[in-house]
Amino acid sequence: MSEEYSLEIVNPEMSFLLKDDVTEVVVPAYEGEIGILKDHISIISFLKPGIIKVFSKSGEESFYVNDGIIEFKNNSLSILTSLILNLKDIDKEKISEIQKSAEEELGNPEINDQEKYLLDQKIEVLKSIN
Amino acid sequence: MASLDDLKKRISSVKSTQKITKAMKMVAAAKLRRAQESAEKGRPYSDKMNNIILNLSSGISDIQNAPKLLSGTGEDKIHLCVVMTSDRGLCGGFNTNIIKKAKLYFQKILDEGKTLKIITVGTKGYDQLKRVYGDNIIERISFKDSKNVNYFDADKVGKIVIEKFEKKEFDVCVIFYNQFKNVITQIPQEQQIIPLKTIDEETNSSDDNYEFEPEEDEILSNLLPKNISTQIFKAMLENSASEQGSRMSAMDNATRNAGEMVDKLTIEYNRSRQAAITKELIEIISGAESL
Repeated sequence: MSEEYSLEIVNPEMSFLLKDDVTEVVVPAYEGEIGILKDHISIISFLKPGIIKVFSKSGEESFYVNDGIIEFKNNSLSILTSLILNLKDIDKEKISEIQKSAEEELGNPEINDQEKYLLDQKIEVLKSIN
Repeated sequence: MASLDDLKKRISSVKSTQKITKAMKMVAAAKLRRAQESAEKGRPYSDKMNNIILNLSSGISDIQNAPKLLSGTGEDKIHLCVVMTSDRGLCGGFNTNIIKKAKLYFQKILDEGKTLKIITVGTKGYDQLKRVYGDNIIERISFKDSKNVNYFDADKVGKIVIEKFEKKEFDVCVIFYNQFKNVITQIPQEQQIIPLKTIDEETNSSDDNYEFEPEEDEILSNLLPKNISTQIFKAMLENSASEQGSRMSAMDNATRNAGEMVDKLTIEYNRSRQAAITKELIEIISGAESL
């Protein structure tokens, strides 16, 4: 029996990635990382800024996401995100740019704790990439 | 009758107008292809988003405590209308059709004695609405500087809408845009985004039991604002495809009309040229006879 399922990553501009030979996907869910294998129970969750790792027959791929929603149902995983970057061909400048704007936002006194937490996360992840 | 010289000038001016419209048509056709592509590429995202929300909201047991963005404020007094138009003209009935649709709605709202607030996206909409509804316009947004439609622009509009909603500045939010069907047909649409209209809830009640992380209502309250930006983004994509399509067919018509006009003017020019020659001949002949 195969251990593979299908994955679709979409962002508002286009369908970013479509694969049907994924064996495992690790996503940075809101309350910690989740690894999703085949026949996982149906789940809807949020993503915080972090790295998505996709394991498939053809190898391993990593992506940076800003935010997102995942839905897993009937062995197909959909990830909706507003910003996604492939770590393989990432642009250092772009990363610094996002990091800078996040840091600026962090300096804004009006943000609440939740936003602050997310921004902290974001900066940390971005630093680890760079 | 116009003199020969005048006719000549008119013919050449119509011809140069025709050249311009032809070029605009070509540019619109190229842009249309790109806009159409991105409109089609953007569809999976908004469809998926809609699906997830439907799945979530059908699972909600306690409708009283549902997030306000889904269930509304419980009142129906102040309507916020987001009218999305283009920043450029010369695109046929594109803007007028949206405005027409919006004005019908405005009239209905005002007749019912409700308060009307308007946000215009795109300068053309503001230009057409400011005379009659100038006092109702609370915000005008234009993305003249961004080359392509992008999600961050849509997100900006979405955030403004949500901010106003949280301040309880309105109860119902409706967006107006043109849906792209094909190059010739664009259908003006009104779509209510707050409170969200969950269409045929009954038929979509799936038996799937989802696991939620974090809690269901937390997901919903996070997802709904995103959905608003997504819907606005979808509307912007449809709009930009419609705009180019509309411009293309308008410019096509203009080019054809200019061609017809040149033909007519040329006939008139030739006729009056001939008439002038005949007249001159008659004058010469009758002059010779009188000698």
